[in-house]
Amino acid sequence: MSTPMTATTTRGAGAALEGAGGPALRITDSTLRDGSHAMAHQFSEDQVRSTVAALDGAGVEVIEVTHGDGLGGSSFNYGFSREDEIKLIAAARDEARRARIAVLLLPGVGTIEDLKQAHGAGAEVARIATHCTEADVSIQHFGAARELGMETVGFLMLAHRSEPAELAHQARIMVDAGAQCVYVVDSAGALVLGDARDRVAALVAEIGTEAQVGFHGHQNLSLGIANSVMAFDAGARQIDGALCALGAGAGNAPTEILASVFDHLGVRTGLDVNRALAAAEEVVRPFIPRLPWTDRASIVQGYAGVYSSFLLHAERAAQRYGVPVHEILQRVGEAGYVGGQEDMIIDVALQLRAGLDGAGAPQ
Amino acid sequence: MTSKMVAAIVGSGNIGTDLMAKLLRSERVELRYMVGIDPGSEGLATARAKGIEASHEGVEWLVGRPELPDVVFEATSARAHEVNAKRYAAAGIQAVDLTPAALGPYVCPPVNLREHLGAPNLNMITCGGQATIPVVHAVSRVAPVSYAEIVASIASRSAGPGTRANIDEFTVTTARAIEKVGGAARGKAIIVLNPVEPPMIMRDTVFCAVPPDVDEAAVAGSVEAMVAEVQTYVPGYTLRAEPQFDEPRDSWGGQGRVAIFLEVKGNGDYLPAFAGNLDIMTAAAARVGELLADEREKVVA
Repeated sequence: MSTPMTATTTRGAGAALEGAGGPALRITDSTLRDGSHAMAHQFSEDQVRSTVAALDGAGVEVIEVTHGDGLGGSSFNYGFSREDEIKLIAAARDEARRARIAVLLLPGVGTIEDLKQAHGAGAEVARIATHCTEADVSIQHFGAARELGMETVGFLMLAHRSEPAELAHQARIMVDAGAQCVYVVDSAGALVLGDARDRVAALVAEIGTEAQVGFHGHQNLSLGIANSVMAFDAGARQIDGALCALGAGAGNAPTEILASVFDHLGVRTGLDVNRALAAAEEVVRPFIPRLPWTDRASIVQGYAGVYSSFLLHAERAAQRYGVPVHEILQRVGEAGYVGGQEDMIIDVALQLRAGLDGAGAPQ
Repeated sequence: MTSKMVAAIVGSGNIGTDLMAKLLRSERVELRYMVGIDPGSEGLATARAKGIEASHEGVEWLVGRPELPDVVFEATSARAHEVNAKRYAAAGIQAVDLTPAALGPYVCPPVNLREHLGAPNLNMITCGGQATIPVVHAVSRVAPVSYAEIVASIASRSAGPGTRANIDEFTVTTARAIEKVGGAARGKAIIVLNPVEPPMIMRDTVFCAVPPDVDEAAVAGSVEAMVAEVQTYVPGYTLRAEPQFDEPRDSWGGQGRVAIFLEVKGNGDYLPAFAGNLDIMTAAAARVGELLADEREKVVA
């Protein structure tokens, strides 16, 4: 499991370093959580069931199912879920034969009570997410998750906003609180290759003897897969993907491409490439209303370092107030807004409109 | 004029020290005692320099004073207040609780303080509650609110260890008070910490579900009047824009929505101005002190 890896970017090099045994890398699929953003949180129970069955059949070990903004995310601010997420978690648990169900929780949005309900519905992995500088708000939630007997993962979001050493310090706080793995989460799809590698390496150096390190990539600069490979090289042993890239912004590192690329690199993920491809093409693609795409707005997100989940909210505000979506996102980036501050998108749109109308200067 | 109401502050940290600055400006409240537990406390030293009797020997010292205070402002922690509250009650001292202990009724000065002036223990809810519940109430007093949701964004530097360790208590308590005090049938609270430099000023957004035929002018007028009332004790409490009304949607249960965007800039008494979340708490507590003093004068008269 913890075999030190070197240049896996040569085909087959990974296999040479791994003996017989389990997967060298765990792919966690987030189609049913990060993908919830791209679906405007409208997943139906049937979609959840068919996706879980397909992922489970493809050998995915951990499947995340929650509102895009985590437990308790169903709201005016983030969008109401079509179905109660606890019901969807229970359906996912019911459908999975081998895979375990993970849930995301953002302290300040969801609560320990929500986590207990999710656990009661069959969730076994708790992923606790904070902004990359605010790990200490997650301490009570890691404690509660461990008490429930759940596997724990920490999520340091918008990781591009912190230098590697600072990020490693925050990972340390999570591990001391009970995290068994901490992710470098590129929420804005803003990390460029070495940026991802250096952050993962810094976390491995800080927590590597006690916990794993993970990486969650987005496609806003089309680097989700490349960054994931860099992350693996630097020692990440959990990596997130989503079928058809279904996720916020320009989408996530596609699970089916992660399966294909790591297979070529000889890194065992436990995924069956053909079945992962089929899951994406035959199960998920037919129900996606709009495939994630690197359009101007999502590239601006990657370029300006804006939380990917802001995309659809910015599009709605742009339409409602008649201002350009990329300008909203640019302003949001300049203001340094973090995950959770979706309400500020409306505020920025109002300020932009006031500026355009000449009715008042934007602040 | 009758004698001033005698007050004590227990807890000599940031909140207690900022509250001290506010109470010292009061014409009706006489801040006589400042109590802490750390002999090296900067807050206690500041208090002494201002001529206030200060001690690091805790509540034991306070209840041993020959003249007890009429009111004590508790700026410690929920756990400490749970212990101290019994001492205050036994000594007949009214308590204004700035911790999340919530032993007494939730109080938001412009909404429901009149109902609780005689309560032995008044709880100040949370900073996000003090910032948003007046507005929830402003909407619910002119239109039925089936659901209200607030988003409080605060600067990371204004979130102390207590807030960070108990973020669930913040969301749960605020949500409950949105219902009980704000008048929404169902409440939800979200808090976000933002580390941007220079620090962001506290921002609060209030979303209320309102009926399709809501009287928009009445809601807007009620909100504006309430903001003006809060400004009497928090001058930096402002609307960022006019209330925004959205058409009813099926996904909102057929309800429409009003969104109200607030900025809370602190007075900068002891805490920096960006920490509007802390300022609105101490300002609301000081406001409670003023009104309690008024009430005592009436009783005495």
